[in-house]
Amino acid sequence: MSAVVMNWIVALPELVLAVCGMAILLLGVAQKRENPLLASMLSIGALVLAGVLVVSGSRGQGYEGQLISDAFSTFLAVLILVGAALAIMLSLEYNQLQRIYRFEFPVLIVFAAVGMMVMVKATNLMSLYLGLELQSLAIYVLAAFARDDLRSAEAGLKYFVLGCLASGLLLYGISLVYGFSGSMDFARLSRAFATPASVSAGLVVGMVFVLAGLAFKVSVVPFHMWTPDVYEGAPTPVTTFIATAPKVAAMGLLLRTMIVPFGHLLAQWQQLVVLVSIASMVLGALGAIGQVNIKRLMAYSAIGHMGYALIGLAAGTEAGVRGVLIYLLVYMVMSAGAFAVILAMRRRGMAVEAIADLAGLSSTDPALALLMTIFMFSLAGIPPLSGFFGKFYVFLAAVQAGQWTLAIIGVLTSVVGAYYYIRIVKVMYFDEPAARFDVRHPAISIAGGATALFTVLFLAIAGPFISAADLAAKALFG
Amino acid sequence: MLAVGIGHYLTVSAILLVLGVFGIFLNRKNIIVILMSIELILLAVNLNLVAFSASLGDLVGQVLAMFVLTVAAAEAAIGLAIVVVYFRGRGSIEVEDVNLMKG
Repeated sequence: MSAVVMNWIVALPELVLAVCGMAILLLGVAQKRENPLLASMLSIGALVLAGVLVVSGSRGQGYEGQLISDAFSTFLAVLILVGAALAIMLSLEYNQLQRIYRFEFPVLIVFAAVGMMVMVKATNLMSLYLGLELQSLAIYVLAAFARDDLRSAEAGLKYFVLGCLASGLLLYGISLVYGFSGSMDFARLSRAFATPASVSAGLVVGMVFVLAGLAFKVSVVPFHMWTPDVYEGAPTPVTTFIATAPKVAAMGLLLRTMIVPFGHLLAQWQQLVVLVSIASMVLGALGAIGQVNIKRLMAYSAIGHMGYALIGLAAGTEAGVRGVLIYLLVYMVMSAGAFAVILAMRRRGMAVEAIADLAGLSSTDPALALLMTIFMFSLAGIPPLSGFFGKFYVFLAAVQAGQWTLAIIGVLTSVVGAYYYIRIVKVMYFDEPAARFDVRHPAISIAGGATALFTVLFLAIAGPFISAADLAAKALFG
Repeated sequence: MLAVGIGHYLTVSAILLVLGVFGIFLNRKNIIVILMSIELILLAVNLNLVAFSASLGDLVGQVLAMFVLTVAAAEAAIGLAIVVVYFRGRGSIEVEDVNLMKG
């Protein structure tokens, strides 16, 4: 078997990023005066370096079949690194004003990024679990990072308890899959399931546990309970991070796990994924309607969007996977942009997060209102913005795979969802102006502007992204 | 004398898992109990892994059990740290008091 090779070079980006993270941590401890700006800049540098290594790095299997570097992992790793770098960039001003400006913050994001990159490269249930835990442990700490803020501590506590429960269920599933099939290696599992006779009830139970554990990490119904509370309570830069990179990584992990080792069991998990997807889309659309806090609204929006992304997985085809990857790309960019605008919402140094605080933004800060309008229309899926194309490709894949119900329910819930996105636009343009926001930090303007440009121009620049997603999806099925 | 087979191990571990899950959801008192329940779930998994590993004659399960122990230690450290931070602000670790955010 080819699996008996070390080939450690495939994990070079992860190794470099982990060493950089530890070096920055040491530097931060050794310095007499804490210098979070330096740590943040070094972390962004490390993420960029890892990005270069990911793109130029060698492909193939390594670590005796624990990790693989292919077009799929490269596509997702780049998204993860961009999301992590954006989160660090957007955190600078907020952390300073909220008095949580510490050098550990970017370091934790770097470690979470290492975990996520392992997740998208994992080809063994063991590396899958370890990557997932590295990511989760770093994010538990980040969620509770504002130690003096009760809501942040509560968010961290809730996320920790429910996250550990999900990890426990996932692990129980892994143990059952291992016991009933005799292997943890994705390729061997896939070969074992090729004959239907080898599929026992214990195995299917194990697979459902694994699916449940991963469903928690992508925050879909019925494992979404933590999302609104954690989004609301965590410091906003952390929410920005949770809403972008970990979603990409967890969805990528879910795709690889369902398609590669459990691909032959499509008949067993397809109905489950369809149900989860429908429930998430409906809950995401209805739950957001009555919300007054914008971070909470974004949480319900995330639940709905992950439901849409799951449509592609439910299709179970290469086109479906390509749809999910494009969806993840556009969703990550537009939600990072929306959070950049939310981070700009502050008056006299205090962060405000009610939707009513956006009232009349078009007359007090037209540029910010325009940015938010672009992101809201894109999240609602209105053409020609990028959000439309994300939905278009997953719906297309569902229709091609004969999943008409999913596509129709998806379109209906997008219409309901459009109501609350457009309500925000209405509040900004037609309500009596509230007091002005403080002057924006340049980092927020740059990140918001760049993501808005991407969202608006996606139609023109989509070509390379779609062909990259195509290659990535092929790698998974090849 | 009754021979102890793989089925017995699986039963014990399933019982431990269910106890752990119920400990999290039915517990209305103290957050520390929740942390203990989480440990119980991870131990149930370890029992499963080691039993399967022995019956399959394959070492991978025991290797993963080692990793799970390590991760569980890190998890307990982080969990207790978060509970301490929470207690400092709130002055209580009753489960019913964890209710600042709702809806």
